Amino acid sequence: MSWLRALRAITARVAMWPRATGTWLGERFELEDSLMAVLRHPVPRELERPIGWWYVFGSATLAIFVLQVVTGVGLAMTYVPAPNSAYDSLQFISHDATLGSVVRGMHFFGAAAMVVLVLIHMTQVYLFGAFKFPREANWLTGSLLLLATLAMAFTGQLLRWDQDAFWSIVVAAEQAARAPVIGNWLASLVVAGANVGGATLTRFYATHVFLIPAAVFGLIGLHLYLVIKRGISEPPVPGVVIDRPTYRGRYEAMLRRGIPFWPDAAWRDAVIAALAVLAVAILAAIFGAPELGKPPDPTNVIADPRPDWYFLGYFAILALIPPATESIVIVGLPLFAFIFLFLVPLLWPDGERHWSRRPAAIAAVALPLIAYASLTVAGIESPWVPKLEGGGVPVAVTQGLPDAPLRGANLFGSKSCFACHAIAGAGGRRAPDLTHIGSRLNRDQLTSRIATGGGGMPAYAGSLTPSELEDLVAFLLVRR
Amino acid sequence: MTIGLSAGIAAIVGLPILGFLLAPLFRAPPDELVPVGAVNDFPVGETKLVSVRDPSPLAWAGQTADTALWVRRREANGPAMFQVFNVNCTHLGCPVNWQAEAKIFLCPCHGGVFYSDGTVAGGPPPRPLFEREWSVQGDRLLVRQQALPTVKRG
Repeated sequence: MSWLRALRAITARVAMWPRATGTWLGERFELEDSLMAVLRHPVPRELERPIGWWYVFGSATLAIFVLQVVTGVGLAMTYVPAPNSAYDSLQFISHDATLGSVVRGMHFFGAAAMVVLVLIHMTQVYLFGAFKFPREANWLTGSLLLLATLAMAFTGQLLRWDQDAFWSIVVAAEQAARAPVIGNWLASLVVAGANVGGATLTRFYATHVFLIPAAVFGLIGLHLYLVIKRGISEPPVPGVVIDRPTYRGRYEAMLRRGIPFWPDAAWRDAVIAALAVLAVAILAAIFGAPELGKPPDPTNVIADPRPDWYFLGYFAILALIPPATESIVIVGLPLFAFIFLFLVPLLWPDGERHWSRRPAAIAAVALPLIAYASLTVAGIESPWVPKLEGGGVPVAVTQGLPDAPLRGANLFGSKSCFACHAIAGAGGRRAPDLTHIGSRLNRDQLTSRIATGGGGMPAYAGSLTPSELEDLVAFLLVRR
Repeated sequence: MTIGLSAGIAAIVGLPILGFLLAPLFRAPPDELVPVGAVNDFPVGETKLVSVRDPSPLAWAGQTADTALWVRRREANGPAMFQVFNVNCTHLGCPVNWQAEAKIFLCPCHGGVFYSDGTVAGGPPPRPLFEREWSVQGDRLLVRQQALPTVKRG
């Protein structure tokens, strides 16, 4: 049976090929000293325990970033960044190109995943006190990466180049213009000229595709370098404080009995990163690319531009704050948030790391989170938006009304009262609900409110005839 | 020496690039008069949406070379004949909608309201609608081109 022995020998040889190839590559490319040395860098032994599951969000963010690069390159192969073609090329990608909807869908859901994962990663680092000495620079580079991620998310939404995107750029320029001294320059740079037009889109495209990604690549390199050089922070223990003179010696002693990142800790990162990518892929496969709005048309004034969900909270702030404080909030709030972010490791580099000994830190996470969540809900509902379309007063309300109130009910619809005021559940929610107004105000009060306005209500004396005004008041008086 | 040489070279290639990128800042804003229609197209007492086209658009600008304006015909003749408004809400630039029956402009973004003469009737806008300079030549109404108006530019 010599052929059997020969076969066995050949299989044995073949089976050795992967290992042999690995050894050859490793030796010739000196991977043992570079890649493997980095991958095997020691991490604290505690990461073997379930607490290690908290240390995975940076890797997951990185995995989604790679997905964004790959899908982004894919989209750039077809997307035409010219104002007269961008919309059509995106419609082609979304509806006609093979798997185009899935690729664009992955880029879309990946963008949201990036924003969410970066924030989760930062929250974990903050609550674990991992930003403290000697890892302050890790936090600073991470903060810049957050800034870059938000900038990518925003510029990406504008590349959709539909009606919403067009007006979003106008709104962005108007906000930039509120900055002191350089406001108008900023606005001119945002739209690349005097108005949103032919020169605008290519700028946003280059920024989204070259400029910010280049910065992100550099920052990720620096961030990872610091992560390896400074070492993964050990899980915090209540009562154990950072003492600068002794910390490094203590940490090195800890690493001497540590575990290698690869493979002992890395598998958790791999699991969560894979789940994150899988989640994005599944969402993309089910929902596909988000439908574009109407084509961008500056002469179509029926537009209701609003950003993707993770920016809705900021959108809501602009509607809810008192107008007088607006310029301060538009410029000051983001500026304050980022300055605060950068100051965190510089102001609190020492002391307790464990979150249970840092109640203020918990509040610093919880309060903005609750505030932003409520603002997001407000942004989704947008009660301040007038109802520009759709009928008038519900039929149930007008049924059996005498002549004058019936004419008033029709005026309520045609004179746009309906846009801001609701009656019996129909109408806008910007202004008070008038379902039972007849029991709160009398004829004189109603007449003067409508005629002279005030408190956000326009004066209608000029656009209603005296008899129309009488009819309208007659209608409101029967609303009890 | 090495540093000086590198800095010199960087400046030589960097300045033109910087100039190219910042060019929009130094370009004079548009201010030609462009026609928006015949005077008779605008009945007295009405407010109509018109669109004007950038007289020298980039070839690939497509629809974005157009700008919309609200034209209000106040009187049959005279210096108060027209009021021409930018469609941009003075709050954050969203396009305002004319409600012909109610005689108000409504903004869809944050609910700003303006009267027919452009003054603020309610909501967050800090100032009246921006107005464009206009003139009548023969039977044509002309309107001056303008940069995107912002609260600062006024």
